Amino acid sequence: MATGIKDKVAILGAGCSKFGERWDVGSPEIMAEAFEEALADAGIERKDIEAAWFGCWGDGINVGNSSIPAAVALRLDGIPVTRIENMCGTGTEALRGAAYAVASGAVDIALAIGSEKLKDTGFGGLPPPFKGTFNDLWMPMGSAPAGFAQLADGYRTRFQISKEDLKRAISHVSWKSHQNGQYSPKAHFQKPVPMDKIMNAPMIADPLGLFDCSGVSDGAACAIVTTPEIAKALGKKNIVTIKSLQISTSSGRETQLSDWDGASVPNTRTAIKAAYEEAGITRPQEQVSLTEVHDCFSITELVTMEDLGLSEDGHAVTDVLDGKFDRDGKIPCQIDGGLKCFGHPIGASGLRMAYEIYTQLQGRAGERQLPNPSLGVTHNLGGVPYQGIAAVSILGLI
Amino acid sequence: MTDFGITSFGAYIPRMRLDRAAIAAAHKWMAPGLRGLAKGSRSFCNWDEDAITMAVEAGRDAILGRDVSGLKAFGFASTRPPYADLQPSAIVSGPLALPLRLRSVDSGLTQRAGTSGLLAALAAGEPALFIASDNPRAKPASQQEMTFGAGAAAFVLGHENVAARLVGSGSSISNFVDHFRDAGEDFDYHWEERWIRDEGYAKLIPVAVREALEDAGLSIGDIDHLAMASMLRGGAAQVSKLLKFEGNLVDEIADGCGYAGAAQAPLMLALALETAKPGDKIMVVSFGQGADVLVFEVTDAIEQARPRRGVSGSLAAGIVTDAYLRMLSFADGIDLEWGMRSEKPAKTALTEQYRSRGQMEAFMAGKCGSCGTIQFPQLQYCARCHAPSDQFSDVSLREEPAKVMTQTADWLSYYPSPPLYVGFVQFENGARLQMEVVDVGPEGLDIGTPLEMVYRVKERDRQRGYNRYFWKAVPATGAGKA
Repeated sequence: MATGIKDKVAILGAGCSKFGERWDVGSPEIMAEAFEEALADAGIERKDIEAAWFGCWGDGINVGNSSIPAAVALRLDGIPVTRIENMCGTGTEALRGAAYAVASGAVDIALAIGSEKLKDTGFGGLPPPFKGTFNDLWMPMGSAPAGFAQLADGYRTRFQISKEDLKRAISHVSWKSHQNGQYSPKAHFQKPVPMDKIMNAPMIADPLGLFDCSGVSDGAACAIVTTPEIAKALGKKNIVTIKSLQISTSSGRETQLSDWDGASVPNTRTAIKAAYEEAGITRPQEQVSLTEVHDCFSITELVTMEDLGLSEDGHAVTDVLDGKFDRDGKIPCQIDGGLKCFGHPIGASGLRMAYEIYTQLQGRAGERQLPNPSLGVTHNLGGVPYQGIAAVSILGLI
Repeated sequence: MTDFGITSFGAYIPRMRLDRAAIAAAHKWMAPGLRGLAKGSRSFCNWDEDAITMAVEAGRDAILGRDVSGLKAFGFASTRPPYADLQPSAIVSGPLALPLRLRSVDSGLTQRAGTSGLLAALAAGEPALFIASDNPRAKPASQQEMTFGAGAAAFVLGHENVAARLVGSGSSISNFVDHFRDAGEDFDYHWEERWIRDEGYAKLIPVAVREALEDAGLSIGDIDHLAMASMLRGGAAQVSKLLKFEGNLVDEIADGCGYAGAAQAPLMLALALETAKPGDKIMVVSFGQGADVLVFEVTDAIEQARPRRGVSGSLAAGIVTDAYLRMLSFADGIDLEWGMRSEKPAKTALTEQYRSRGQMEAFMAGKCGSCGTIQFPQLQYCARCHAPSDQFSDVSLREEPAKVMTQTADWLSYYPSPPLYVGFVQFENGARLQMEVVDVGPEGLDIGTPLEMVYRVKERDRQRGYNRYFWKAVPATGAGKA
């Protein structure tokens, strides 16, 4: 019987580049920025790393296929490097690879790095992905916001919420993240934005306006993992371990069967259920100190609060409006600004979330430091709500 | 002699309408005279419509609820087929789920193609489907841009339940060049209208009419409805007067459609059949390098042959816009800045298209033989019980009632007619999929909006000049409800 990886892997060091419109650097430099911070934090040398996982989503605008570009950029001499792509779950997937390598005993020290250079496309937003020769024959050519915006209709139908109330709640989601972003020096957007500007912004995909959409950013983040014993031997204090890493991928049920009502993301529920079990969490609303969730769009974050069990079903609108997830609320969400303000370089996002939770648990988050956090949840959602990948991690003090 | 003739029919006119006043207003600075033609609205193809998609819709209207397995031939006519060398009837046969063992012939090259094709199918005397579909293009600021429209009409021919039988015909050919279009050119070159009236209509049509009446053993006084397709304004009235015709001059559908090229005479025949009484005689006239005249006699079976939409239903379903540049852009008449998102590759894997033709062309969902779940697309295993797909049976979603489950108006994606309406379409039989929703009027979409399915261009590959077709949803018109 599998026992999971709880407390078998510790974060020895973590790094995160400045996110944003990095006209000054390319992918190799931005990876190096995160890598050097992590190496210094871990107190090890490059040669101590025995294996690496490199996450990157869009090869057409980055460094090309395979693990070679990362190995070359970081001069990882001869060690196994694996390239991973799992849509917006890519960064967490890279961490899972490295963590499993350590947990299995295959290596002592492994690196997970995620990077994305989205601002080399020449326009705002994501390049339209190739869906496959078969899917291209029938799948509509909607954008990412079009896929997520439909959660609003599903949610309104199930809980009989008015368009106006839902818009106010999702606007609060973005408003809160902009409030938080001002305390994140590495964030893409660091300015608060007033509610009326958010509510009245130009429409991107109804009901999502401009401020309901996350930033499209350049950035890289990484984590160096090892066993808690080695971390301790290396003199690491306040050791942060991985309590759980879980991924759930859709088999197409939601799109093809008429059971799902579009008001939640079943994959998130599947992944977090497994994660809470692996981590031994039974009362998440009391036990979780903070979350970094996939607020690619404001409506996603709202629905995710219920999917993670942090709001009761049907209560996310009032919980959000009551400030439950604000920085001074019961379970702060996106304390670093989230995808919305810290930015969303796809392959890096999962690792950026882990970086923030790790930093908060270590008590080193500066102006945005929360009082005495002990357990944090990260959550990514790749693809679309009706056919996607949920990737969650739970990090905590040992 | 066994009976033979039209057993059912159908029509389609694109729902997009442009007020002619908007066209005239756009050109007022250089062609103020167009104002004289600025009455009513004309139809135009949405960005994803062409002679193929209109033919599919007209064909569906004609064959709905009827057994097509006995068809032996399929004829198609258009002066604007999307391809120079790729058969429209082969493309149209898939979405209509026609039998594969069909003789097919596609024609065009003249405004008369709609009647000459129908006449040839009638002369062959075997069960057949004939569709004329046309989308004549006209230069901006031309008189034709004001008067042209687009549409398609379809006729099923057979031996049983004949609703209208051909009782006489007359034809002529003549190199009378009222207009022409060079191969590879976008637009026609037109000669003076007065000459066409005096030397063309007035001299070539009466000869063919006489021949047709003689063939039928009738006189002009026996004819109840005259359906005369005229590219020229007032042409039908002129011919009617010349023939001393005193019956019903069939409406030229100028308001709401406009002259629809090779589909014009077939559309007018369909319109006449929609209201004709048993025993009525209908004369159809079309002109173009000669003339075709067809005389039909309507039978008692006409009531059962009438379509659910037809020309009348199509005319009633218009969505009027005053955005002239929208029509111009849809017709590739203006090169707008669509941004870098439009640079996405649109190459179709023709191998994959052929492999998947069963479900893509006729919109065939699969019903799981194990748990009964209906699902689209048909993948290797049932989405619910994981039974293998070799146990699936085909269930077409083409006519299945559906409604909006969730939707959005997407302003971000590259889309030739923003916003892109997209959402989950929930079918009554349980199938569900994300679909593009088109022909959305000013009222927009909402949860629960009833939908119908249409066959459209899914994506245009401009680099290679290839259109990929698939099914989309449209808000139900009500005209379609059986």
